[in-house]
Amino acid sequence: MCLAVPLQVEEILDARTAVVAQGSFRLTVDISMVEDAAPGDFVIVHAGFAIEKLDEQSAQKTLALFDDFRAANEDAT
Amino acid sequence: MNGHEHDLITLEHGSGGALSRELVEQIVYPCFHGEAYPELADSTRFTLTGTVCMTTDSYTVDPPFFPGGDIGRLAVHGTCNDLAVAGAVPRFLSLGLIVEEGFAVADLSRLLRSVSSAAEEADVAVVTGDTKVVPRGKGGGIYINTAGIGEFRAHPALSAASIEEGDAVLVSGPIGAHGIAVMAAREKLRVGSAVQSDCAPLLPLCTSLVAFGNELRFMRDATRGGVAAVLNEAISGREIGMEIAEELLPVDATVQSVADILGLSPLEIANEGVLVAVVSNRIAQEAVSSLRANAIGRRAAVVGRIVGGGGHSGSVVLETAVGGRRIVDLPRGLLLPRIC
Amino acid sequence: MQPDLAFRDRERAAGIVARIREIAGRLGRDIRIMEVCGTHTVSLRRHGIHSLLPRTVRLVSGPGCPVCVTPSGFVANALRLIEKRGVTVATFGDMVKVPDPEGRSLSSYLGSGRVRIVYSPLELLELAEEVPGPTVFLGIGFETTIPAIASVFERARQQGIRELYLYSAFKTVPRALRALVTDPECAIDGFLLPGHVSVVIGLDPYRFLAGEFGLPGVVGGFEPVDMLGAILGILSQLESGVSAIENAYPRAVRDDGNPAARAVVNRTLVESDAVWRGLGRIDGSGLRLREEYADMDAGRVFSLPEVVDRDPPGCLCGRVIQGKVTPPECPLFGRRCTPDRPVGPCMVSSEGTCAAYLKYREESA
Repeated sequence: MCLAVPLQVEEILDARTAVVAQGSFRLTVDISMVEDAAPGDFVIVHAGFAIEKLDEQSAQKTLALFDDFRAANEDAT
Repeated sequence: MNGHEHDLITLEHGSGGALSRELVEQIVYPCFHGEAYPELADSTRFTLTGTVCMTTDSYTVDPPFFPGGDIGRLAVHGTCNDLAVAGAVPRFLSLGLIVEEGFAVADLSRLLRSVSSAAEEADVAVVTGDTKVVPRGKGGGIYINTAGIGEFRAHPALSAASIEEGDAVLVSGPIGAHGIAVMAAREKLRVGSAVQSDCAPLLPLCTSLVAFGNELRFMRDATRGGVAAVLNEAISGREIGMEIAEELLPVDATVQSVADILGLSPLEIANEGVLVAVVSNRIAQEAVSSLRANAIGRRAAVVGRIVGGGGHSGSVVLETAVGGRRIVDLPRGLLLPRIC
Repeated sequence: MQPDLAFRDRERAAGIVARIREIAGRLGRDIRIMEVCGTHTVSLRRHGIHSLLPRTVRLVSGPGCPVCVTPSGFVANALRLIEKRGVTVATFGDMVKVPDPEGRSLSSYLGSGRVRIVYSPLELLELAEEVPGPTVFLGIGFETTIPAIASVFERARQQGIRELYLYSAFKTVPRALRALVTDPECAIDGFLLPGHVSVVIGLDPYRFLAGEFGLPGVVGGFEPVDMLGAILGILSQLESGVSAIENAYPRAVRDDGNPAARAVVNRTLVESDAVWRGLGRIDGSGLRLREEYADMDAGRVFSLPEVVDRDPPGCLCGRVIQGKVTPPECPLFGRRCTPDRPVGPCMVSSEGTCAAYLKYREESA
């Protein structure tokens, strides 16, 4: 239902269009639903549209939380 | 016909008359200059020694031109690879063309040049052929059939039946590229040339492995159905199982990204330059080194092993990147990109 | 930075699994968690997550596969458009193999170009100009996909593109969830909520699950660590006895979703009733084009008959979709109903519960 992948914004072409990339793979997507996307940001791409910008800080917080579990597990085993 | 590069193929080109002759002599023959076989005859004689292998395949790929290759190149290497993984050295090919009325002569020319250079690369001779033209709407642009003959030189027990518990499973290189390249071209996915077909002759890799005698149990090129199909084929109907590890499978990051976007798994995507081999555990590392000495085998790797039967019989079990386990089944049906 | 690899990390996953096992042990009973979204169904199976969970934690698939919940009459109508109205049908790949009540599918028209597969609805703008005659797009999808399609039809109208129509089978998730939990047979303890639908709608539409029904719901992403983290969140709530709607995918989901995406939907579509295969008619669970766009509404323009929900005899997809029956419990599963010869949509769609179960099945014990 919701197959979407995070890709990095490489270039903003106009108010509605951007080029996103993963390595040497490039895709042109519609960014009209994502405000102030800028090169370097990661966006979630679904069906040729960016539907949201990834929040890097949130990602780090989530990972840190799971790192606590990982550490606790490693201590225990 | 020289200077008529803008022409299209017509039914008359396939009628057997003067225009047919012109087509064959001016477009087809020039691609196949060879000292031993100066012109393509309806039939050709040659001498072979020992056990002979023969195979045939028809190529219907759409579109005919895709990043990294075309249907002509595919028709040569695909058939030669079938012989090579069967343990034979490919020697001769026949070339059957079925061209749809309206196909561009310039494109036909280009494809035949591609066949010619692929044949040179694979060190095989195209010795006979046939050209037919079908009415518009009755063909897919162009279909090609190649039959191949080769000389068998592997040990006679080379087959899936020789696979034993404890054997190692090898993959010769990064998977999923060909299918993604073709799909990207067909769907006009604007992936640019980031992913190219891996279409290439496998003979050098096969030669490396055949040198291990009967410690090479089985090998197969991973074409339609991808690596998943070959892995299942290897243990089908046997009282053995297979375990492979996702993290050991060679995959290019770009292929993985495009596969993710299309909702496909690289394991089930066609390749044209990758083989799967099962070898005795004793020589597994040596076999990998040997493959890696070849240009297209640089990322060869052991990806799993053959295990005993029991609950596993006939199943390929994958340990996923996060340590979960699930079965890799025979891919079924059309591989259509998903949105959902 | 490749963000997702960090969320596929084996050690992180192991840490979460250890916590899950601890809590499941203390709870000491069978827990049934419904994963609503078809993409979750596939991702859970693809990564072998089922094999990592304790036996008492059972994941049950829900109605989150838009192909699975589209009645087969919709495909019959699509074929009718091609055969009787000279239409070219454009669709996402997912719908191509779905059989109509007579077992026919759109795939037979792929070769002739009367059916075109698109990866993005953006391709419709060019396609409509290129195709002689009408082009009808099959609007299948949930809230993740609907804004993209809505945006394209808005643009088509702005650009004056003619002969492009939408045949809507759009469905919205929250109403379906309400239908599930109000069913007296419902035996679900908590919900793994769809990550990308939530990107658009946020958390509020799910609050009723906790507020009215005391059921925990955690929005989860699609990487292994995301899904395990969400499952852990549900179990933690069950242990504490407090139920709430939580966001375990904050890097993508804002609490209030994506207002710009919802705005384009509101400009072009209105709520309607919809028929869900297996669940029947659910009021307000669909979306159709607004009056201003009536001339682009294929259902109206081509006077398509109403679609009814009618499964082939013996098919249990309706119950599978509701999580009442697991695939192996269906007598047709793997026997008369296989991916090559599917009887019902749960087997046709690659995200269908039965197809995913078969394709990525667990080892036998």
